[in-house]
Amino acid sequence: MSAEGLDHAQDHEHEHHHKDTFITKYIFSIDHKMIAKQYLLTGIFMGIIGVVISLLFRLQLAWPEQSFKIFSIILGDSYAPNGVMLNDRYLALVTIHGTIMVFFVLTAALSGTFSNLLIPLQLGARDMASGFLNMISYWLFFLSSVIMISSLFIESGPASAGWTIYPPLSALPQAIPGSGAGMTLWLVSMAIFIAASLMGSLNYIVTVINLRTKGMSLTRMPLTIWAFFVTAIIGVISFPVLLSAALLLIFDRSFGTSFFLSDIYIAGEVLHYQGGSPVLFEHLFWFLGHPEVYIILLPALGITSEVIATNSRKPIFGYRAMIMSILAIAFLSTIVWGHHMFISGMNPFLGSVFTFTTLLIAIPSAVKAFNYITTLWKGNLQLNPAMLFSIGLVSTFITGGLTGIILGDSTLDINVHDTYFVVAHFHLVMGISALYGMFAGIYHWFPKMFGRMLNKNLGYVHFWVTAVCAYGVFFPMHFIGLAGLPRRYYTNTNFPLFDDLQNVNVLITVFALIGGAFQLVFLYNFFSSIFYGKRTVQNPWRSNTLEWTTPVEHIHGNWPGEIPEVHRWPYDYSNPAHDEDFVPQNVPMKEGEEVLHH
Amino acid sequence: MTSLFVIIVLGLLAIAIWQLTKMFDLTQVGDVDNSQIANDGDNNTQGYLMFGFLAFIYIFSIFGLFKWGPLVLHTPASKHGAEVDNLMNVTWILIFTVQAITQVLLHFFAFKYRGKKDQKALFFSDSTKLEVIWSGIPAVVLAILILFGLYAWTNIMFVDKNEDTIVIEVYAQQFKWTARYSGADNVLGKANVRLIEGVNTLGVDLSDPNAQDDIVVSELHIPKGKKIHFKFRSQDVLHSAYFPYFRAQMNCVPGMVTEFAFEPVYTSAEYRALPYMVEKVANINSIRAKKSIELVANGETALDPYTFDFLLLCNKICGASHYNMQMKVIVDTPEDYKKWLNDKPTLVQEVKTANAPKPLEGGTGVDSTKAKDSSAIAKMAMK
Repeated sequence: MSAEGLDHAQDHEHEHHHKDTFITKYIFSIDHKMIAKQYLLTGIFMGIIGVVISLLFRLQLAWPEQSFKIFSIILGDSYAPNGVMLNDRYLALVTIHGTIMVFFVLTAALSGTFSNLLIPLQLGARDMASGFLNMISYWLFFLSSVIMISSLFIESGPASAGWTIYPPLSALPQAIPGSGAGMTLWLVSMAIFIAASLMGSLNYIVTVINLRTKGMSLTRMPLTIWAFFVTAIIGVISFPVLLSAALLLIFDRSFGTSFFLSDIYIAGEVLHYQGGSPVLFEHLFWFLGHPEVYIILLPALGITSEVIATNSRKPIFGYRAMIMSILAIAFLSTIVWGHHMFISGMNPFLGSVFTFTTLLIAIPSAVKAFNYITTLWKGNLQLNPAMLFSIGLVSTFITGGLTGIILGDSTLDINVHDTYFVVAHFHLVMGISALYGMFAGIYHWFPKMFGRMLNKNLGYVHFWVTAVCAYGVFFPMHFIGLAGLPRRYYTNTNFPLFDDLQNVNVLITVFALIGGAFQLVFLYNFFSSIFYGKRTVQNPWRSNTLEWTTPVEHIHGNWPGEIPEVHRWPYDYSNPAHDEDFVPQNVPMKEGEEVLHH
Repeated sequence: MTSLFVIIVLGLLAIAIWQLTKMFDLTQVGDVDNSQIANDGDNNTQGYLMFGFLAFIYIFSIFGLFKWGPLVLHTPASKHGAEVDNLMNVTWILIFTVQAITQVLLHFFAFKYRGKKDQKALFFSDSTKLEVIWSGIPAVVLAILILFGLYAWTNIMFVDKNEDTIVIEVYAQQFKWTARYSGADNVLGKANVRLIEGVNTLGVDLSDPNAQDDIVVSELHIPKGKKIHFKFRSQDVLHSAYFPYFRAQMNCVPGMVTEFAFEPVYTSAEYRALPYMVEKVANINSIRAKKSIELVANGETALDPYTFDFLLLCNKICGASHYNMQMKVIVDTPEDYKKWLNDKPTLVQEVKTANAPKPLEGGTGVDSTKAKDSSAIAKMAMK
């Protein structure tokens, strides 16, 4: 069916779509705007759990093996008898924190919210290509979230082998209790999660290819859409590989195959496994795992591009270079996974290859950072909370990205691999950055989602405390990593060598607690503004993109009348040929107006 | 100094709370207006805060370098470590330069170009020249780093077959390390976990001629000035043999032998006497002394004073007691090393003595050891 044909079909559907019940409107909705909100709310819920868990194990790291009442209250006796956290449950918490933040918050909630909200709205489509598939995708994601959370409550504990679930640790309940039923639930949850993610991604790709409005050529798409589009492609390429790894691991665990296991003697007996290799699992895992970093990061960068351009009142600098670097990052991201495995025992020659490809990826990343900075230059910056988070993103992206030069270099990786240096690096470059991107998106598109504005002063407080605490947590962490402190240690007290690092750990925890507490400001702002916020005007940020041409009240099909036609690129801010400092994409070119950009 | 930071943070907190209360006054419900969009006043305040944040990043970084810089590993104890550290230092110079410049530009622009009403931004959409410059410069710089990195990597990771080395096996299991010396022939006997029995806890094939002079010990001694070719095995899950002071690390993978070679350049005694290490140990001991006072006051035993030793740590999550999987590494002079090793019985002798007194109960002997092993593991897991 041609794009116009689909359009007609959707118009038709729109006319007959007046009988919404509560269930079809709020629960089993096929409207992309509602699904976006569902993703966001689920993501916030999961995010709260992920962050609270991290604060709990930070307490253990700062004051090891102390009794905390809060442990008894939140975690209970199975995790912390008498308020002292158990060592295997510490690992369980670390594992679940990583899993929730990486997959459930920064993959599903970030992409799920903003791809769903913005792809149809910014492209000028009535809805996603398949609203039904979209709904199924959300509900599978919801199901996987429920399973993952429920694994926290089983007797033997949730998965505890780290979010990377390397076998044999993840395969053998004898090795750690969490590798029993907890690991089974983890694998089932992730398999469902991957199915949800693939459905979402396919939908995004098809929508971008088929449902752009008239005049919306690929090179007139906002960078948000480019980012979501490319992210979806990477997801479709790499997630199935993790699914296969998960399935093979299920076979090894439950049906006695030996894909990843060989020659194991544990708990006094030899197991039958022979011929498999854990290194194979590492390859499969990181073939997803590294692109995953960009699945998380690219949408955040896309949001940032849009927010920075709008609030700088300037075109994003180097639009085409930005697209090229997104594509370059996407391509390179699929051939760098080995940098997680320099010392895994794979042939050192491969290490050389992966060092080369890994450092190459720094080039498009540098281009993006420089382009953001140049966009600010001589702008007329509107420092809204969304803009602050975007600038914050560029800052942490640079700080975290630079240490990637060390980790990507196989020689230097030898000694910092799996230390806190790595933890500091990836939290800054993808954790905090992507979180900032998500916050920027929420502050910027909240009016579009809920028809009301977030309180800006609360937004400012939220940003500044978060920004100080993020550096406060992760900057000192580089040093303890460089001192040789391994990650995933329950406590360092068995190593007098590390006694001089304990003060730093306390400082990190203090910053983490403050930063964590101030997320309550955001939560308060978010939930109270849904009901009591100031009502928004149609285009509060005076933005060029099409989502702001829709009415504030959500309707099925997005535009009450015709879908607007697009006549220009999305970044005509402060165009000298116009008096206003923004020219929406649906404004026709004036007579004799020239295109001023490449 | 740490407490100063806590005070600063508390100060920020106070300001934030004050702002919060102010906000409630300003909150009105319902009507459409532009009050929640940044106005000139907001742009001004936030612009200055951006500038302030730049100062924060700078001060915090410099503070960190002075305060925590001394904690960082230095003076590598292995020959190749110098190469690694040189490359690391060059990379750090690059990183700090780029970081210093880009953070200034980013935050200064955010301050300088804070928005004003009736002002229009410059329409500056692209410049091929600039894009070429800032993809070209990183490309060249990274190319140089890659070349040096690959050169060092190849030197470190590929062990020349003809090189004169001492072959030692490091064997990992939940949650301890064991070492096996290859003996006079410098060749390790074959081994497989299926052969684990009694005192032969490493599953060495005792019928293999190369295994006859193998020595199994729980303490790792290596001689200074000789390249050690480590072979790593694991019997259960992934472990990672991490020797931070030697800039060496390699995963131990069940079903596979991995390797890493390095040459120690300091004996343990020499390294202990390095001025920086003396200072570090003194600092650690003062921390421990303080902690001991607290402990004694609570009726617990005081901590032992600390003397430095090289360590082998596990650096791949391996189970509940991962955080306590370590082994002392002692670098001896070649003479001391020889003396130490000569005193040790070979594995074959150990097996013989273990079996000798009760030759008839060989089978049950094996079972009891196994039971002991597993109960020990269970005990650690419980902890």
